[in-house]
Amino acid sequence: MTLLSAPVAAISPRMPLLSYLWRDKMAFASALFLVLLLLLVLFGPLLVGDAAARLGLRQRNLAPFTFNGGFLYVLGADTLGRPILARLIVGAQNTILIAAAAVFSSMLVGGALGLIAGYSERWYSHVIQRFADVIMSFPSLLLALIVLYTLGPSMTNLVIVLAITRLPIYLRTARAEVLELRERMFVSAARSMGASPVRIVFHHIAPLVLPTLVTISAIDFATVILAESALSFLGLGIQPPDFTWGAMVANGRGYLQTAWWIAFWPGLAIMMTTLSLNILSNWARTVADPQQRWRLQALRKTAR
Amino acid sequence: MSKIDDARMPAPILQVEGLTVDFLSDGDPVRAVDDVSFHVARGETLVILGESGSGKSVSTSTLMGLVDCPPGHIVSGRCLFDGQELARLDEDKRRALNGRRIAMIFQDPLASLNPVYTVGRQIEEVYRSHGEGRGDLRSRILDLMRRVGIPEPEQRVDHYPHQFSGGQRQRIMIAIAIALKPDILIADEPTTALDVSVQAQILDLLRDLQRETGMALIMITHDLEVAASMADRIIVMNSGKVVEAGPARDVFETPQHAYTRKLIAALPHGEAADAGHKRSRERAEEVLLKVEGLGKDYVLSSGAFAGKSVFKAVEDVGFHLCKGETLGIVGESGSGKSSVARMLMRLNEPTSGKAIFAGQNIFDLTGKDLMAFRRRVQMVFQDPYGSMNPRMSVRSIISEPWQIHGDILPRARWRDRVVELLELVGLKAEHEGRYIHQFSGGQRQRIAIARALASEPELIICDEAVSALDVSIQAQVIDLLADLRNRLGLSYIFITHDLPIVRHFADRILVMKQGRIVEENETTALFATPLHDYTRTLLNAVPLPKWQTRRETA
Amino acid sequence: MLRYLGRRASYSLISIIGLVTLVFFLTRLTGDPSALYLPLDASADARAQFARLNGLDQPAIVQFFTYLGNLAQLDFGQSLRQNRSAMEVALEAFPETLKLAFLAIALATSLAIVVGSLAAARPGSLFDRIASLVSLAGASAPDFWIAIVGILLFAVGFGLLPTSGTGSAAHWVLPIFVLTLRPFGLLVQVVRGTMLSALSAAYIKTARAKGMPRREIIFGHALRNSLLPIVTVAGDLATGLVNGAVVVESIFGWPGIGKLMIDSIIQRDFAVVQSTILVTAVAIFLLNIAIDLLYAFLDPRIRY
Repeated sequence: MTLLSAPVAAISPRMPLLSYLWRDKMAFASALFLVLLLLLVLFGPLLVGDAAARLGLRQRNLAPFTFNGGFLYVLGADTLGRPILARLIVGAQNTILIAAAAVFSSMLVGGALGLIAGYSERWYSHVIQRFADVIMSFPSLLLALIVLYTLGPSMTNLVIVLAITRLPIYLRTARAEVLELRERMFVSAARSMGASPVRIVFHHIAPLVLPTLVTISAIDFATVILAESALSFLGLGIQPPDFTWGAMVANGRGYLQTAWWIAFWPGLAIMMTTLSLNILSNWARTVADPQQRWRLQALRKTAR
Repeated sequence: MSKIDDARMPAPILQVEGLTVDFLSDGDPVRAVDDVSFHVARGETLVILGESGSGKSVSTSTLMGLVDCPPGHIVSGRCLFDGQELARLDEDKRRALNGRRIAMIFQDPLASLNPVYTVGRQIEEVYRSHGEGRGDLRSRILDLMRRVGIPEPEQRVDHYPHQFSGGQRQRIMIAIAIALKPDILIADEPTTALDVSVQAQILDLLRDLQRETGMALIMITHDLEVAASMADRIIVMNSGKVVEAGPARDVFETPQHAYTRKLIAALPHGEAADAGHKRSRERAEEVLLKVEGLGKDYVLSSGAFAGKSVFKAVEDVGFHLCKGETLGIVGESGSGKSSVARMLMRLNEPTSGKAIFAGQNIFDLTGKDLMAFRRRVQMVFQDPYGSMNPRMSVRSIISEPWQIHGDILPRARWRDRVVELLELVGLKAEHEGRYIHQFSGGQRQRIAIARALASEPELIICDEAVSALDVSIQAQVIDLLADLRNRLGLSYIFITHDLPIVRHFADRILVMKQGRIVEENETTALFATPLHDYTRTLLNAVPLPKWQTRRETA
Repeated sequence: MLRYLGRRASYSLISIIGLVTLVFFLTRLTGDPSALYLPLDASADARAQFARLNGLDQPAIVQFFTYLGNLAQLDFGQSLRQNRSAMEVALEAFPETLKLAFLAIALATSLAIVVGSLAAARPGSLFDRIASLVSLAGASAPDFWIAIVGILLFAVGFGLLPTSGTGSAAHWVLPIFVLTLRPFGLLVQVVRGTMLSALSAAYIKTARAKGMPRREIIFGHALRNSLLPIVTVAGDLATGLVNGAVVVESIFGWPGIGKLMIDSIIQRDFAVVQSTILVTAVAIFLLNIAIDLLYAFLDPRIRY
């Protein structure tokens, strides 16, 4: 029977993913950064306590890398003398939380709607598609602006608006996958055995669609962080005393000439996060592609 | 002309010695080609025969520099073409050879032609790439298309690949390959994707062209009949190694290596299929299924002004099936044979007709009755990998019918029954926790059969159930089906395009063409005295060994 | 063809009507414009008269049907702020945005095709790695922050470029750069990805077996087949450019549709908000039609 087993590339038994990650140094650094960020989001606020809100007259507009103010002031302080590092950590929590909530809910709702729209040919399938068209056919930021301005900028509204603008991505991807999957033989086989549509969609199709949606959500996470930051920058994000990185950039905008660091650091934090997410999802695409995967392998030759 | 007489053979144009190619990855490299040697002379046809994964394609792709390095890696060996070493050519020298002196055609002509350019342009590129762009190129292209048998080349030259049929696309690939009269033409499974009657035409064309131009032909195939009909000499490959080499007739008639013997024995040749056949031992008179006037129309809308036209995929099909009987339905692609299967399974709805199964019309069933019907009739599909969910373990695949129909088997008995079924189809108990991708093609089809048996059906419809399998495995699966029929009293509708296979297995055969039944007869009678022209075409399309045809024409 | 265009137009009409309806009722929720347009001490009479003049005394649903009726007669309402036709205001701002957007997308697409193809031609090379990193960074950069850092460096720091406004060619540099960056980064990724998969297609093997020059294989065969997905993504990005334009126009004081939109929302100039939305939606509709026609031109298998 050995002659029949296709020449599948031998995968090393011990954690091949980690070794692929180690071989792409950029992806490895990105993963490290994201893990660090996650830890900061989870435990950072405990460490810095209320430092982020502590006003300091002496530290007003303190320049970065002046080490006399203590560790928290290493990135400088804002116009009210609050340490930027502490504010970055607290802002990270809000930024990541909003993005995560928005991505998760749009993946869940978009994915479910996509499954329905893909498998069913009834009228509601068309309604769902037109609904996605409406959202897609218009610049998301403009729509978000109008909605947030009318409904008032709050954490919940922000998450809802961001989730709705990203919904079509998941909906369309899920639908396209279902359209392909439902023609596959195993679906015909299940139907011929008498499986109900609900069983086919949730038991047979959904588990195969999910990995694609999760992959998309990694890139989408970056997109949502950027969108949220832009909204916060325009003043329609969550309102003071809560803040995100985008709002911090907006705060610093007026002091570019006197204290550039107030706007610079939070922007850099946004970019590092989104860049890491993008690099990592790029790496994941290479790993998932059997034609490209060898680029991340050791390629050991036989000794001659 | 005697090809056996080695002394009069011209010097080989291509000589491959000890070629070894690895594919690199994590862990140990995978050896795709292992110490392979062969040679071919002008005017000669060398067939490289092997099943999937035997390394037969990689060894010839290396000759044209089509294997990407990395991940491919030529470990050792020499490939001498007309005095030049091929394995280590720089890009310009390689370019000068490819297309001009060595040419290649591939298995899938649709994918191998660029979809966005006209075929004329794609033929023209060969000339331009080799500095022959001057002169009356268009008339040369038209002549070439006419030569490979494309009708009305003046119009067709400006058409795109998707506007041609499968056979015509392969003809265009051949036109591209022979445009500059190469010394060697490598044909990599050129007819595998084609119907038998088209296959015969393409093989004829290749033979004619070889006779005209005197080129050497290297033909790669897994199909023993194609190999026998084309080869002067054969090499047989298995797991990257050459296991047997020699003149075609010797290899076929007195195979030396055990693997070759197994391959050739698996092929139910002509009358041999009648002798050791696997047909039903006993057939009841009781009719299990009676189909009448079955039809399926598809409404096509062609453009805004043309209105609607109706395509009759299946038209007025009627037949009956007795208990314990095996009915073969034979036809080429587009004959409507699979549509019949899908309608009988209620996967597609028919436009007209009825099918009485155990006293009830299948097409009227709803609710409970339909569920009961779905227990009693099962289907085995062509592609065993595609017909089972890759995310489910073998255990949950086989027990799915019990999950859907709650009353077949109490949950406590599932585990034991899965093991029983696995053993019934020749697998082991420890396979139950594995996933589909961990099995070979033949094993996968056994699992599919085990799943079909799980609901204890009376009728199993097999739609090209062995077509995707290698020859030696096909025979094993057929034997299993025959054995199960005799032990469990099953009936089969066995749908296929492969005549030798049905001859071996079916009691009665229907021949379908363009949605209609053109002939129906007992298997022995049908093969002995085919009545309809189309049946005869199908029978004649099965390629004859080259040494036999030569004797007849001589 | 005609039937296709008809269906397409009717779908878009549904989208546009949905959008207009949504925006209409959302804007009515923001509050009474008379609070902004009349002096604080205006009498109740004056307020009532203002409301009557502008049709604001009617229930929202009546206002909506009046609005639709007027739309049908191509009457888009009056701008409260500028006291002239709202559509006139919108159409005045629109070309300014169009100029920016067209230049940015043209620049991004052409650069991305060159960089992406060259990267895909030699995957894993130094050029490929640099191109990947630069494009990922471009795709990850928050546009508002890049704009601020750009101003900080080139306007405040070196004094080379103006901080905002229009007029000279120098005014174009920063806005165009900021707007181009993200589409460029995303497109390089798409070009590289589709080129890589195109280069492993069977017809490329045929081309190599024909002995075609490498350059012609890459640009003649692989790129030609990759154009379809590239056009798709470029089209989506062109729609999304309006998002970037909102941010960029508000930072650089560019008198385009994005700035007009924000100003009108804040000023509760409903008619102008509606008109800008309508103009944008129609422009995007025309863009999508153009892209569909381009598909049919690029791929002979697509016929409507």
